[in-house]
Amino acid sequence: MANYSTSEFRGGLKIMLDGDPCNIIENEFVKPGKGQAFNRVKIRNLKTGRVLEKTFKSNETVAAADVVERELDYLYADGDFWHFMDSNNYEQYQADAAAVGDAVKWLRAQDRCQVTLWNEVPILVEAPNFVVLQVTETDPGLKGDTSGGGGKPATLETGAVVRVPLFVQTDERIKVDTRTGEYVGRVKD
Amino acid sequence: MSVVSKTNWRPGATLPTIQARAQLLRQIRDFFAARDVLEVETPLLGRAFGTDPAIQPFVVRENSTTWYLQSSPEFHMKRLLAAGSGPIYQISKAFRQGEAGRRHNPEFTLLEWYRPGFSAADLMRELTDLMQHLLGMAPVVQTCAYAELFAQSLQLNIFATDSATLRDCAIAQQIPDAADLVLERDAWLDLLWTECIEPQLPPAQLTFVTDYPASQAALAELNAQDPRTAARFEMYYANLELANGFQELTDATAQTARFNADNVQRQHAGQPTLPLDTRFLAALQHGLPRCAGVAVGLDRILLARTGLSSLDQVQTFATERA
Repeated sequence: MANYSTSEFRGGLKIMLDGDPCNIIENEFVKPGKGQAFNRVKIRNLKTGRVLEKTFKSNETVAAADVVERELDYLYADGDFWHFMDSNNYEQYQADAAAVGDAVKWLRAQDRCQVTLWNEVPILVEAPNFVVLQVTETDPGLKGDTSGGGGKPATLETGAVVRVPLFVQTDERIKVDTRTGEYVGRVKD
Repeated sequence: MSVVSKTNWRPGATLPTIQARAQLLRQIRDFFAARDVLEVETPLLGRAFGTDPAIQPFVVRENSTTWYLQSSPEFHMKRLLAAGSGPIYQISKAFRQGEAGRRHNPEFTLLEWYRPGFSAADLMRELTDLMQHLLGMAPVVQTCAYAELFAQSLQLNIFATDSATLRDCAIAQQIPDAADLVLERDAWLDLLWTECIEPQLPPAQLTFVTDYPASQAALAELNAQDPRTAARFEMYYANLELANGFQELTDATAQTARFNADNVQRQHAGQPTLPLDTRFLAALQHGLPRCAGVAVGLDRILLARTGLSSLDQVQTFATERA
């Protein structure tokens, strides 16, 4: 892979750092009137998702990371791996538990996910921002209660548990914001 | 700045900002005309380039000749002074490879002027007058020595501190990666300066930072009363660095030694060494009148004037758009 000089640093550039692929979020070039220049960089480690700050001496070089983001359809899990497919060319990819991470509780077959590939291997799976899932179990609530206050836990078909208003019943389908894990509304067919 | 698409043809500056630049240039020319300072032009392409290890040239090749786009008009302007020009100023483009960010662009505009017979203190007064003329206010001015700011902000005596102590200080200040950086002593000072001192400079006023350490003298004379420091100053508006000035070094032998020392440092850092500017050194040999000179970043003056935050907004086409 190529190397990047600090002068090529931009938001969105993918570089290798301590053996992990990282995404540059912000880059600031700083230099006193005369003298040594530095790049103050905010970076996201794409394997762990952690954001860290780094200081580079300007004109240092770092290795580029072969990282791409793809929209892939989730197919199925086989116990060890979660399988995805690119619907453009039918290429399949398998992601391990570390890559799937928290997205696991929202994954339903056929849903389209954002998958980050490093050297063609998935390292990060992001569920769609909104998913529609069936309630498999929840306490029967009071009919006619539409206040939405309080609420109750509901288990969804993927195993995720979210708080729903009391009027939501088993077998109903609901929309959930996966970024916050919050109930958005009921979905009527 | 972020990537600009290949079909984005529009300027980064708005029309009012482009007009503000034209007005700024008029005001500067009025200011110097009223003071009988002569406007001059010197070449952008030169056979030599300053040896400063922290400034990298754009190199232009023409058959067997190597040209350098000038990082400052200082060498040519001092040759004019040695030839008896009297006080002179110039508004010109300057080029520094690899310097790109919110407050840097590889190609930028400098105002540079020289005053025979002036001390650095005289020139700081004239610069303050110019700022009043350009920023339209009587600016609050504070003057503080470089070492004093380190003592105040970081409790460091820079004359009695080695690299290891500066590194410890950078770590204690929680500068990211400080423990992993491998830096020369002056680069540690630069890091502490940009991370800890510069951001704390008082807002909405001019700060003159004076008496830089001798190791950062660049082309300034050392102070006779304390040769640990040089007669070099910088001017900040809030924490925005706007100008760098010198009581100019006139001694050809000392200047040659500094060029050579820079080239040794370049070699250590794995950078190409640069040919000495023999015509400039010959001019010093002939005799440069005792003078003070200063370079002011006009794009940044526009930032201070407009309150905008990025050079891309005050240059028609910053390098990303060129």
